Amino acid sequence: MAKMSNSFKPPMGKGSMGKGPMKKGIKNLDFKALFRILGILFKEYKASYVIVLCSVMISAVASSVGGLFLNQVYTALENFLAGTPYEETWKIIITALATLGFIYLINIVFSYTFNVLGAILTQRFLRDMRIKLFSRMQKLPIKYFDTHTHGDIMSTYTNDIDALRQLVSQSMPQLLSTVITLVTLTFVMLYISVILFLVVVLGLIFITFVTKLVGGNSAKYFMAQQRAVAKAEGYIEESMAGQKVIKVFCHEDESLEKFDALNDELFNVSNKANAFSNILMPIIHNIGNILYVVIAFLGGGIVILTQGTGINISIQNLVLNGSLVGVMNIATVVSFLGLARRFANTTGMVSNQINSVVMAVAGSNRIFELLDEKPEEDNGYVTLVKAIKLEDGTYQESTDDTGIWVWKHPHKEDGSVTYTELKGDVRLTDVDFGYEENHIVLHGVTLYAEPGQKVAFVGATGAGKTTITNLINRFYDIADGKIRYDGININKIKKADLRRSLGIVLQDVSLFSGTIMDNIRYGKLDATDEECINAAKLANAHDFITRLPEGYNTYITGDGANFSQGQRQLLSIARAAVKNAPAMILDEATSSIDTRTELLVQKGTNRLMEGRTVFVIAHRLSTVKDADVIMVLDKGRIIERGSHDELIKQKGTYYRLYTGNFAE
Amino acid sequence: MIKRLLGSIREYKKESILTPIFIIIEVGMEVLIPLLINWFGGCLQNGDGKGMLIYGLLMVLSAGISLIAGMIAGRTCAKAATGFSKNLRHDMFENVQGFSFANIDKFSTSSLVTRLTTDVNNVQMAYMMIIRTAIRSPLMFIFSVAMSFYISPTLPAIFCVTIPVLAFGIIFIIKNAMPIFKKVFKKYDNLNESVQENIKGMRVVKAYVREDYETKKFKDVSGDLAKDFIKAEKILALNNPLMQFCLNISLLLIAFFGSQIIISQTQNLNVFGLTSLLTYSLQILMSLQMLSMIFVMITLSLESARRIVEVLDEKSTLTNKENAITTVNDGTIEFNNVNFRYYKNAEKNILTNINLKIESGKTVGIIGGTGSGKTSLVNLISRLYDVSEGEVKVGGINVKDYDMEVLREKVAVVLQKNVLFSGTIKENLRWGDNNATDEELIKACKMACAHEFITSFPNGYDTFIEQGGANVSGGQKQRLCIARAILKKPKVIIFDDSTSAVDMKTDAMLRKAIKTELPSVTKIIVAQRIASVQDADVIVVMDGGEIKSVGTHEELLQSSEIYKEVYTSQHKMADFDENGGEN
Repeated sequence: MAKMSNSFKPPMGKGSMGKGPMKKGIKNLDFKALFRILGILFKEYKASYVIVLCSVMISAVASSVGGLFLNQVYTALENFLAGTPYEETWKIIITALATLGFIYLINIVFSYTFNVLGAILTQRFLRDMRIKLFSRMQKLPIKYFDTHTHGDIMSTYTNDIDALRQLVSQSMPQLLSTVITLVTLTFVMLYISVILFLVVVLGLIFITFVTKLVGGNSAKYFMAQQRAVAKAEGYIEESMAGQKVIKVFCHEDESLEKFDALNDELFNVSNKANAFSNILMPIIHNIGNILYVVIAFLGGGIVILTQGTGINISIQNLVLNGSLVGVMNIATVVSFLGLARRFANTTGMVSNQINSVVMAVAGSNRIFELLDEKPEEDNGYVTLVKAIKLEDGTYQESTDDTGIWVWKHPHKEDGSVTYTELKGDVRLTDVDFGYEENHIVLHGVTLYAEPGQKVAFVGATGAGKTTITNLINRFYDIADGKIRYDGININKIKKADLRRSLGIVLQDVSLFSGTIMDNIRYGKLDATDEECINAAKLANAHDFITRLPEGYNTYITGDGANFSQGQRQLLSIARAAVKNAPAMILDEATSSIDTRTELLVQKGTNRLMEGRTVFVIAHRLSTVKDADVIMVLDKGRIIERGSHDELIKQKGTYYRLYTGNFAE
Repeated sequence: MIKRLLGSIREYKKESILTPIFIIIEVGMEVLIPLLINWFGGCLQNGDGKGMLIYGLLMVLSAGISLIAGMIAGRTCAKAATGFSKNLRHDMFENVQGFSFANIDKFSTSSLVTRLTTDVNNVQMAYMMIIRTAIRSPLMFIFSVAMSFYISPTLPAIFCVTIPVLAFGIIFIIKNAMPIFKKVFKKYDNLNESVQENIKGMRVVKAYVREDYETKKFKDVSGDLAKDFIKAEKILALNNPLMQFCLNISLLLIAFFGSQIIISQTQNLNVFGLTSLLTYSLQILMSLQMLSMIFVMITLSLESARRIVEVLDEKSTLTNKENAITTVNDGTIEFNNVNFRYYKNAEKNILTNINLKIESGKTVGIIGGTGSGKTSLVNLISRLYDVSEGEVKVGGINVKDYDMEVLREKVAVVLQKNVLFSGTIKENLRWGDNNATDEELIKACKMACAHEFITSFPNGYDTFIEQGGANVSGGQKQRLCIARAILKKPKVIIFDDSTSAVDMKTDAMLRKAIKTELPSVTKIIVAQRIASVQDADVIVVMDGGEIKSVGTHEELLQSSEIYKEVYTSQHKMADFDENGGEN
């Protein structure tokens, strides 16, 4: 869950409850996302996407033109009854059915092509989008994670990716297929009878009207339902998390009462929403049926009243007889029946399909929002390289593990390169910083740590301790002032190399799915098992690890939830130990752990700090006492500095904090 | 299991029965239309205008009835299904309210939330399917087959070929694709979990410069996932073409043999009959496909149903005795030979042989490492759990003899993992006492050292607390929780490590205020830090589930090794923080 926010923590993004594509509303939707998706699909999956689209279209046409050949069969049968010879009739029927069979074959082939290729394409596309999302996320600055809740980011990977799947694999092809089907059916109908087509068009207008009436309302209720769901779910989450408190205060009845109110509200709107969408199908379907009847009646009426000489205007007549005007007969009417119903049903689907495209686009929009986030900027050019020290005191780059690391500093002006040994000398001069531009939280911080020195930060939460450490490894960039590492401005150092030179142990331990060994090796990917075990020994983690049934191969899941807080800390210290960086940032854990583990953790940290430059956010007396210099922070300023003894003598804030004497 | 679930339909039984009835009417009318068109066609061919008119009107009538029945069924179906899910949620929520702490421990918060939301949704969808489509499809199938035979006694024989082909095809697809999908979904969960880890651990990833490493790992896993998905989707992709194949074959065969019949005049069949047959074959095959969909839906929702029933069937582990006592005399507390385990069959006791007597009005400190049993011990006092052996007495009476509500009103607990609820500060405070006046609220808040920061908020006591108390600091949250407990006017008040995030100065003030303002209330302070308990009347030192020593601060410094060890090692600087850990 999101971390607590207070004046010194960066502001938190709003709307952690926002779920699903409804969050942003559909009105101010821009369809840029849709075009971008199409752009990607056409560019990166060119051939297969074109094949998929063509298959959809061919299959739609093939499944719609069948009526034409059935019409031929009906006409032939009709003419047979009117006296056409047997052989001729059969010839026409066989030819028509053979053609129809061939068209069906095409339909099936292309339908299969679309289904298989479409599925493969969708999955590859999703895979690539996921990877794009993930690799972009890895490049985003820490600030992004401060201002977006974990739930929101996560929902991009789940809900929004799912919306994208829906869009690419269903909504878009379906809409395309529908449009092509409607166009094809129009031509087929015009081919058979223009007059009856006009009747269908009238029916169509009616259907559109009704769907709009019903569909429009249903969308409104679905929105309301979404809101009611969010409200009810929020309450459920809160109650389930606070169930023990509810019990302790005997608040069960009140809590149920409040829930029932929300639950009833949810029922009301979702009942309406579902009712609307449920009656949509019968309406469309039966209007199709009525249209069917009207055509049968009207067409049949014309045929009967004119004794088979009624006027029919059709392209067919033009093609066969050279004149638009021909005879309206039973075959014409019969062929039209199926076509009209199909046409009506397909039309009824359009508004639903457009809706689902719109919804899916809303979801995909957020994917692009994340992809468009600006990555962490890095203009650094000073890199960290392995080197050997030559006899004259200069350094030479080396590919071997020499144990010596140097900063390689190329100078643009004269093309020369300077090498400076990595020692861990850190200096901050007049540093100002704010998480937001207009809100400075660190004021004029100046401090230095010589190689091997230990700097302890002390002060209330929100005083700016963590903020200072976040600046040294450039999680955030300073607003004003200078930070130098081994004499080099850290803005010139490549971020990756800067961070490689700094070990870090955070108070809030994060472990990753994998074995314990994997988690320790996280500090140095090419570390041997032995190195990892040594690091674990140094961190005092070895004992508890070997006591586990599977030792170092114990698999960690769910952020190591089955390990105690103390054990997790030991692992995080081991991880930092294997990295073996000359400078360390250490946030001592304050969370309650039992005395014995506490002692282990303390010893582990002490050993880790030996011989390194250390910035420690201190909570333990022993740590503070051992520090070379203590910085007492208050409201973003260093108010006292010095060794323990010096500060005690000063009888200032530190003294009061230390003695617990608040009266003064 | 299903029976248990259906018990929640209750007042929506009417709709649940009406829906299938109207569906039957809808389907019945719908399948009549192709038959009527067939007769209509007969009249048309014979030039029988009156017959045409009758059949035409009958068709309109059928379509109309079908339309109305369909609309009614749509409405009742929605009401039945959403009502059913409303009742399910209510029943689950109500049952959860009756849960004891032991019950709550059994289900995790997130699993309860999923059960109340996603699982209920799945069941609602399945239910809607069942009362609507599961009736509709078989009916449609049977009616259509019957009508086809009516129109032509021989032609429907074609279905003997296509129906088995489609049925076997669908079974093949489901049988092969389902297991793969189940496997893939598990992989998908793992993928999402690793994303979650990365989001949470982004600082670690960046600090160790592992961005590329993580991206590569993610690439491999998602590539693997896509491969598996494709495997499953390839099988599923057969579904549509298969359906079309069966439909097209039926169509061609009907058209061919139908033409033959019409030409040879062996049966009373016309072109209208032919189209009617085509319509029926479409309906038959479609209903078969729908049935397979329902089958898949129901299988998928069974797991959800099982999870819901699990909650519904969970019985509270604690019950009130008959004629339970409804008054608590005073705040004396007594533990007699108490042993405690969370599970009956657990090998080890959490608490062993606890004997302790606390006089009313005293302040008692309890100290010990994590896992030493401090919280378990105090949880027994307000009977949040039942002892395994021995007895716990409050006011001289066994806690099991009290009405639980009365006991918990009089024994207030400020829990270790405490929460505030979304609502104003006032609303949150009134959890303690619904009828508390504003003055009482202020008095309690002053005692809990909360008044000062509350009044510093622009909206004071009407400040809105966000979900989970996200807009107040840890220390402020704890003080509000304490005030809330004070408002209950209890005889015993238990602070379970509830000032861990409050700075030492405020902590001291708070303890002093409570001691002077609530002299008759027994105060129990469970703490990690010695400073919080050192001025208590008596301090209990716990280790490994046993009481190791009892005495005052000075006595214990002399007599208890553990106490001394804790005292020295815990002398840490955490007290510098106003908000120690962010836990």
